[in-house]
Amino acid sequence: MTAIEAPTVPGGAPASAPRVTRARTGIIAVAVLVVLAAAPFMLAPFATTTLTRVLVFALFAVSLDLLVGVTGLPSLGHAAYLGAGAYAAGWVSINVTAEAPVPLLVGAGFGALAAALTGWVTVRSHGVFFLMLTLAIGETLQQLADTWETVTGGANGLTGIPAVRLAGTPLANAGFTYWYVLAVGVIGFALVVMVARSPFGAALRGIRDNEPRMRALGYSTARYKYAVIVMAGAVAGLAGALLVAQQRLVTPADMGFATASFALLAVIIGGAGSLWGACLGAALVIIIRDALGPSLDGHGTLVLGIVFVLVVYLLPRGAAGLRIYRRRR
Amino acid sequence: MSVLKCVGLSRSFGALAAVSEVDLAVGAGARHALIGPNGAGKSTLFKLVTGTMKAHAGSVELAGRDVTGLSEAKRCRLGMSQTLQHASLFASMTAAETVALAAQRHGGGRISLVPRKQPAVAERAAELLADVGLDGREHVAVASLSHGERKQLEVALALACRPTVLLLDEPAAGMSPAERARLVELLAGLPAEITVLFVEHDLDLVFALADSVTVLHLGKVLLSGTPAEVRASDAVREAYLGAGRREELFLA
Amino acid sequence: MLVSVLNGFSVGFLLFVLAVGLSIVFGMMDVLNLAHGALFLCGAYLGATFAGGWGGFLGALGLAAVFGLVGGGLLSLMTEPLRKRSHLDQALLTLGVALVAAEVLAIVFGDDPLSVAAPPGLNDSVQVFGVSYPTYRLVIIGVGAVLALAVYLVVERTRLGALVRATVADREMVSVLGVDNRLVKAAVFAIGSVLATTAGVLGGPIYGARPGLDATVLILALVVVVIGGLGSVRGALIGALIIGQVDIVGKYLLPDLSSFILFAALALVLVLRPQGLFGGPVGTAGAR
Repeated sequence: MTAIEAPTVPGGAPASAPRVTRARTGIIAVAVLVVLAAAPFMLAPFATTTLTRVLVFALFAVSLDLLVGVTGLPSLGHAAYLGAGAYAAGWVSINVTAEAPVPLLVGAGFGALAAALTGWVTVRSHGVFFLMLTLAIGETLQQLADTWETVTGGANGLTGIPAVRLAGTPLANAGFTYWYVLAVGVIGFALVVMVARSPFGAALRGIRDNEPRMRALGYSTARYKYAVIVMAGAVAGLAGALLVAQQRLVTPADMGFATASFALLAVIIGGAGSLWGACLGAALVIIIRDALGPSLDGHGTLVLGIVFVLVVYLLPRGAAGLRIYRRRR
Repeated sequence: MSVLKCVGLSRSFGALAAVSEVDLAVGAGARHALIGPNGAGKSTLFKLVTGTMKAHAGSVELAGRDVTGLSEAKRCRLGMSQTLQHASLFASMTAAETVALAAQRHGGGRISLVPRKQPAVAERAAELLADVGLDGREHVAVASLSHGERKQLEVALALACRPTVLLLDEPAAGMSPAERARLVELLAGLPAEITVLFVEHDLDLVFALADSVTVLHLGKVLLSGTPAEVRASDAVREAYLGAGRREELFLA
Repeated sequence: MLVSVLNGFSVGFLLFVLAVGLSIVFGMMDVLNLAHGALFLCGAYLGATFAGGWGGFLGALGLAAVFGLVGGGLLSLMTEPLRKRSHLDQALLTLGVALVAAEVLAIVFGDDPLSVAAPPGLNDSVQVFGVSYPTYRLVIIGVGAVLALAVYLVVERTRLGALVRATVADREMVSVLGVDNRLVKAAVFAIGSVLATTAGVLGGPIYGARPGLDATVLILALVVVVIGGLGSVRGALIGALIIGQVDIVGKYLLPDLSSFILFAALALVLVLRPQGLFGGPVGTAGAR
């Protein structure tokens, strides 16, 4: 009756997994980071800017994956929290200070606040119904950004956002902005990974797999769902603050239906639940939209729509089944 | 002193009164069986007690505390845990991860947001798995366990909630005779301080384990008493035969 | 005030025509058609293209019907291979279709908003209880009411309607009866889509036609479905009329924050009656 073998922590890597895998993952992570950090030296400014957008969108996709992949809550309204963070960070940069980390904290705070104010409506639902409610909430918030001109600048968006300042110096060129986004993005990613691997994350996976059973085990699942919606909202808001740091502008289109859909696409392509995968999916989405878009006559979104349709058909057991499929290989 | 007490519990679906005005008292440390022909309302009553389903009338008391208005999760945290009729587990987890999920909730600490080793939780999970006879199967995915093993895992999961009252919904359903024998042994070996209320079709198992029995019929309590009283009751025999049961239940 | 109420009714009836198809397909088959807004926008652009005379208006309505039939049929066909998968996959498929459709429409009709003139004779105002009111909106109220009655009669009195109601109530039962579910689904999908494109043509003179309108009306329709309850024609009607009023009154009272009022209405219904005002026991918990 003693715990033989290495004990299993729910949510941690299975104890039976060889230590080699962990070491290898670590090495790959470091290598990726080094390459990413060195990228501005090797790339043209335009490519650096695209890569910055990839990082911003990757953080956003990772925050969405915390809901979709880890907790099993398919959200189509998540872009609204990105937008809340972006508008708040932009507003504070214009009217108060652009000194880091103020815009970041304000962005994350407002992302969380927007999620807290709206997310409670959805916590008793799941599946398609959750999708539908989040879509309605997301669009409602987007319309708010569109009509509340005195604060948001209406359809033209919030313009004239100053560059982020670090210790008094504005980050004037694309390279510095890139490093800033990279650093914050890595922190955001690490936070999400941490939550996903914690005992709380194990509870989230339990909710994904079998919510009624979790209730029977003493988990008040609605509270857990609410908590993770607010957390994901905070990270999305953080991504929003990075968005304005990069494009110095935020419009209602940044928080719309299309943004939310493409983030969902990134998560699905990457394999829901795989946070690394979501980053790769985000890279693919941004490359198609921003890098290939101009050569497609500005209709990169059309290609993304087609990719979306194909992905739904081609994934072996559907978007929802992918994760479990992998696990049982 | 009864540790679980239901008074006037009722629930209907449209015009059908699935459970009506059921009173039930289960003494501390009892092995109480809930039996009745198909459609008697056993499963509904079970869900009303656990809080899975809301009662339309009546109350449920756990250890002297009124839990009628409390959620299923809250009731579980107060010491009422259950196994389900159809082993209902977590598709992406191993047996050990599954039990750890319950153990971490009932380990006294908070659910941490930071990754950490939880040696106490892991140890307790391993212990419970060994207790129900799943040692050596800890790291097997739930999907790869046999039906009987999943039912054993269900019991470990319920025990991980540190119950004062353990509710079992047809624990032996779908088991082979060998698995069933192991289950009887497992249930008979439960600590005496845990009160057990179980719904069961297999009357051999009922009479092997139960020290008190409640018979439900058409949503109402037909009889509550010792196994011997139930065996001797003509009303019970009538109810079963009337409901079309062909088994020679009471001749065993 | 009276103008507001009348505006609310015209928007409400239009919303009903739009939402009823969405509600029934969702209630019957658990297929949430996120391309429903794109169908509406198709209709609106058709109306914009042929606007000007009665011939153009009626022609647009005819074409919209054809488009709706084909579009609905296609959507039904496209979701068929996903039948065995989760309902979520089907919703995601229609989401992809909606994105593609929106882009194609933007390519064909450009990014600028188009305004649509009402047909001659309807483009002026009439006196209603001493207040001047656009004739076209009055006509929309009338046409919407007639369509609502027609849909109600179809669902309540025809064989197809009986099947629809039976399927909403108990899916298993209907497939046991040996009815080809796929045909019923295709038929309902097609009719729902025709209603959506028709609503687009009818709504053209009110909403115009522009990129992004598809998402806006889709959300209004979703809110109507949530409030009314899945698969209920009566619910869709009451929900649409409520949302019509809420939307207009909201814009009147809080022009900047009107979308909050919509959200508040949605939240209120979900808190008080999670299954919607007229929904069966399906509601929040059932739609897996």
